[in-house]
Amino acid sequence: MKSIALLGMPNTGKSTLFNRLTGSTSRVGNWPGITVDLLSGKILLGNEMVEVIDLPGIYDMHGFSEDEQVVRHFLYDNVPDLALIVLNATQIERQLSLLLQLKQFNLNMIVLLNMADEAKKLGITIDAEKMSEALGMPIFFLSAKYGNGYPETLQAITKALRYSTPGMPETVRNQLEQDEHIEREMTRILQQTVQIPSRMSDNLTTRLDVYMLHPWLGLPIFFGIMYLLFQAIFFFGQPLQGGVNELFGWLRETVIAPLLSNLPGAIQGLLLDGVYNGIATVAAFVPLIVLFFLFMAIVEDTGYLSRAAFLMDALMARMGLDGRSFVMLLMGFGCNVPALMGTRVMRSRSLRLLTMLVIPFSLCSARLQVFVFICAALFSANIAPLVLFSLYLLSFTSAILTAMLFKNHYPNNEPFVLELPPYRFPTLRQMLMRGWHEVYQFLHRASKFIVIGVVLVWLLTNLPPSAAPASAGTWAGILGSWLHPLFAPIGITPDLTIALIFGFVAKEIVIGSLAVIYGLSGQALSGALAVQLDWVQAYSFMLFTLIYTPCLTTIATLKKESNSAGFMWFSLGWSLVLAWLLSFAFYQGARALGY
Amino acid sequence: MATDKNLHILTETYPDCLTKDRPLWNNPAIVIAKPYVPPMTLSSMKPGEIATIVSIHTDEALHQRLLAMGFRVGKHIELIRKARFSGPLQVRIGTTDILLRKVEAEKIMVQA
Repeated sequence: MKSIALLGMPNTGKSTLFNRLTGSTSRVGNWPGITVDLLSGKILLGNEMVEVIDLPGIYDMHGFSEDEQVVRHFLYDNVPDLALIVLNATQIERQLSLLLQLKQFNLNMIVLLNMADEAKKLGITIDAEKMSEALGMPIFFLSAKYGNGYPETLQAITKALRYSTPGMPETVRNQLEQDEHIEREMTRILQQTVQIPSRMSDNLTTRLDVYMLHPWLGLPIFFGIMYLLFQAIFFFGQPLQGGVNELFGWLRETVIAPLLSNLPGAIQGLLLDGVYNGIATVAAFVPLIVLFFLFMAIVEDTGYLSRAAFLMDALMARMGLDGRSFVMLLMGFGCNVPALMGTRVMRSRSLRLLTMLVIPFSLCSARLQVFVFICAALFSANIAPLVLFSLYLLSFTSAILTAMLFKNHYPNNEPFVLELPPYRFPTLRQMLMRGWHEVYQFLHRASKFIVIGVVLVWLLTNLPPSAAPASAGTWAGILGSWLHPLFAPIGITPDLTIALIFGFVAKEIVIGSLAVIYGLSGQALSGALAVQLDWVQAYSFMLFTLIYTPCLTTIATLKKESNSAGFMWFSLGWSLVLAWLLSFAFYQGARALGY
Repeated sequence: MATDKNLHILTETYPDCLTKDRPLWNNPAIVIAKPYVPPMTLSSMKPGEIATIVSIHTDEALHQRLLAMGFRVGKHIELIRKARFSGPLQVRIGTTDILLRKVEAEKIMVQA
C-alpha cells in the first residue's frame, strides 16, 4: 500500500487535515504539540487504498525532543511515497526553514499552505506560482478547518502519488553549512514571493490579550473563566443527567421489567439490579460528558491554554514545573491519559517525571461524574456547585503540594520557550466531532469495564446465596468489614469501600457500583445516599476519590511513559497515602469541630 | 543634534555619508543618526520596544529550537509584555509570538 505522511511544525493544522482526509476524529486543538503519537488512517484515492500518517509537529529535523526523534526515525524506517508538508501560511517566513530541510531528503513532496484564510486577513500575500517555481515543488493554498482548497489538494495528491519517492539519500548533514545554505535560500524565496505588512495590524488577538494577559487582571480573569465553566457544567449537566435517569427508570418499569418477568428471580436480579441499574446510572452521564468536552474543546481550540501557560509559569517555576506542566494539568481535567502523553514535548526527564507525578491529581471527567452525583444528592442546589468548585481547588492544591514536596528530587533547568498562537474559534463541526469522539470513547469503556465491573459488584453483594443481598454476610460485606479499620477513621462506610475498590479500575464504575450495592438507580439512589451519609462523610469520600489513583489506564500510561515500574509504584503509593491523610485530616477535623 | 561620537561611527560605517556641499544640519545622513546604544539583553527590554537580535548565547539544543522559531541574528524583535512575578516574556518576531523565560531572554543580546 502506498503511504502519505503529514509533516510540519507544531500547530499548523496537520491533524485537522488528517481528520478531513480520513474522516476520523483525532484530537485537534490550538496548542503546539497536541499530537504526540503516530496516527494512521486508510483512504481510497483514485482507485487504490492509501495509508495516511499524521506525524507529531516538529520545529526542525535536527531537534532533540522525543517527538522530533520519533519523526526522524519514522522517516528513516518508512520512506513515504508522498510527504504533505503543511505550513502555517501566517508564519511562512520562518516555517520555510523546515521545508528546506525536508527538501534535502529528496522526498516526493507537496506543500500545503494552510490557514490561507487567516493569512489573507493579516494582509499577507503569497505568490504561490512563483514560490512553487523557486522551490521546485507544487504548492497549494488550503484551509483545512473550513475545507477551502481541499478538492484541488486531493486531486494533486492523487496525481503526485503516481510518482513515488526516489528514495532517501544517505546524506550526513554538515549542520553549519546547511543552516547557512537554508538561511540564504529562505531570504531569496521570501523576497521574491511573499509580502508581509511591516507591522502587524492591531487585530483581535492583540486587543483581547491586553485584558487576558494583563499584569494584574490576567490571573483573576483566568480563575473567573474556570469558575464559570465549572458552574455551567453543573448548572446544565445536572438536570440533563436527572432527565436521562428518569428516562431509564421509565424504560425499566414499562419495557425491560415486563420483558424479563418470566426469568428466574436470581437472573432477573442480576440483569435488572446488576447490569441494567449499573449501566443506566453510568449512561446517564453521557450528556454531562458531551457538555464537558464541548467546553474543553472551546478552551483548547481558542488558544487560551498557551495564555494560561504564560500566566502561571512564574508560579509553576517555583514548584520546579513550567507553564506547559500547568497546561497538562488543565488537559488532565478531560482525561489524565492524553495529558500524561502530552508531556513528551518536554526534553528534561526530571521535568517530565515531576509533571507526570502531579497530573493524576487533575479532577478528570470520570471523577466529575462521581462528584456531580454526590454533590447533587447531599448538598442543596445553592451549595452544590461551590462544593464542586472546592474539589477543583483541592485538585490543584494536591498537585502543588506534591510538586513542592518532590521538586528537589526532580531538579531541571529545561528552557521554557513556547509559541503563542492567535485566538481561533472552533467550527461547529470540530466541536461536534470532539463531543462524539468522547462519547464513543466513553461508551467503548462502558461496554468493556463497566459491564464487567457492575456484574462483579452484583455477584459480590449477592453471594453466597445464603446471605441477604448487600448485608454484612455477603462477600462484599466481608471485604468491607475486613478493610473497615483502615476506612473507618476517614468516615467511609463498608458499602462505599466496595465502590472505591472498583473505582480503582475506572471512576465511571463508582456510581454504577453504588447503584448495584443499593439496588437503586437515579433519584432513588440519591435519596438512599442522603440517608446513609452525612455531608462530612460524603465530602471525605469525594476527597479520597479525587486523590487516590485515577484509574488502571492512567497507571498503565504512567508506566509506559516513564518507562519505570518504580516510578509507577511510587506515584500509586504516594497518591494513596496523600488521599488517606487528607481525608483523615478533613474528617477528624470536621468531627472535632462538631459537624 | 548629532554628537561627534555618532558622526565618527556613521562615517566609519558609511564613509561617504557626509555630503560636503550641504550644511551639517541639513545633511540627511546625520539627521537620521541615532545615538550609539550598546547591546543589551532581551530581558532588559521594556514592553513596546523594538530591537534587533545581535547574538544568541545558548546551548546547542536551545539554539536550534530558537532558530526554528525565528530567532535569527539581524531579525527585529518586539517585546510585547512581561508576566508578573518575573514570569515569562512575550516577544514578537515577524508574525510569530513566542513566550520565553527571563533566564533564556538573558542569553539573547539585542540592540535598539
